[in-house]
Amino acid sequence: MEFLSQPWHWSVSGVLIALTMLALLLLGKEFGVSSNLRTMCTLVGAGRRHDFFRIDWRAQTWNLVFAAGAILGGFIATTWLANPDPVAISAETTAYLNSVGIDYPAGEGFVPDELYAMDRLLQPLNWLFLVVGGFLIGFGTRWAGGCTSGHAISGLANLQLPSLVAVIGFFIGGLVMTWLILPFLLPYLTAAA
Amino acid sequence: MKFLTYLGIGTIFGIVMTKSEAVSWFRIQEMFRFESFHMYGIIGVAVVVGALLVALLKRFDVHAIDGSELRLKPKAHTYRRYIYGGTLFGLGWAMTGACPGPLFTLLGHGILSIVLVIASAVLGTYVYGAFRGRLPH
Repeated sequence: MEFLSQPWHWSVSGVLIALTMLALLLLGKEFGVSSNLRTMCTLVGAGRRHDFFRIDWRAQTWNLVFAAGAILGGFIATTWLANPDPVAISAETTAYLNSVGIDYPAGEGFVPDELYAMDRLLQPLNWLFLVVGGFLIGFGTRWAGGCTSGHAISGLANLQLPSLVAVIGFFIGGLVMTWLILPFLLPYLTAAA
Repeated sequence: MKFLTYLGIGTIFGIVMTKSEAVSWFRIQEMFRFESFHMYGIIGVAVVVGALLVALLKRFDVHAIDGSELRLKPKAHTYRRYIYGGTLFGLGWAMTGACPGPLFTLLGHGILSIVLVIASAVLGTYVYGAFRGRLPH
């Protein structure tokens, strides 16, 4: 079991993601997680107001079940296959994060407590940060017609030029946020209450 | 049976996302700061192996198990929606450290505040659907 609890090598993970896509293709489906966000809008009645959500959600049930599996997989991996050590990110990244107030490596887990701990949500700026981040994910993926699974994996594997454009967009946004905005924002977000 | 198949594939995906550390906010920062090869390795291998598999499926005209054509339709050759939408998603990805798959997987890790991110992602999708007629595509 020890090889399961260690972090998996990137090549193993890459192959398994490709096989996930293959399994869904052979089942007559398309690997794309962000479509579930649209289905959820339909489920809460958005189709009554906007055509875009007037879809047969039953045809998307498989994808919602897939997302439920992704939750279950996260539970299994952290409950029985957990690596006791913090994620071994590079020394440069660690030094940068420390400089903007993120105490790393501290504790376990995959997200910084300074942004995700429940008591941080009492601070308006931290609350707003997660809300805006989530909003951009939902708005952006639907505008682009897909996310990392739909464009970066499925689209690029199918040699789709539009998907390459989308992935370039992912990086433009990611780089602007990481280099031009987060270095100035994170000190405020990580400051003690 | 179908239910269990998709649940199983999703479960494996969630385990892979966790064990590959692709769900890690720290890994996403490291990726966008170009300070490690890790994430590029994962995505690169997935794309290269995926492209080989898709090429083989096309070469041998493989159909889905129900006999239907594989869902490999070409995407429309417009570009504005991809660059604008992609950029907005990228901003959110770097903030939250999560793309839609990991959003769900992190919930399985017991990170309750991710519910707020998922809910606002659903809201963002809704607002897109409401205003898409006025957006360039």
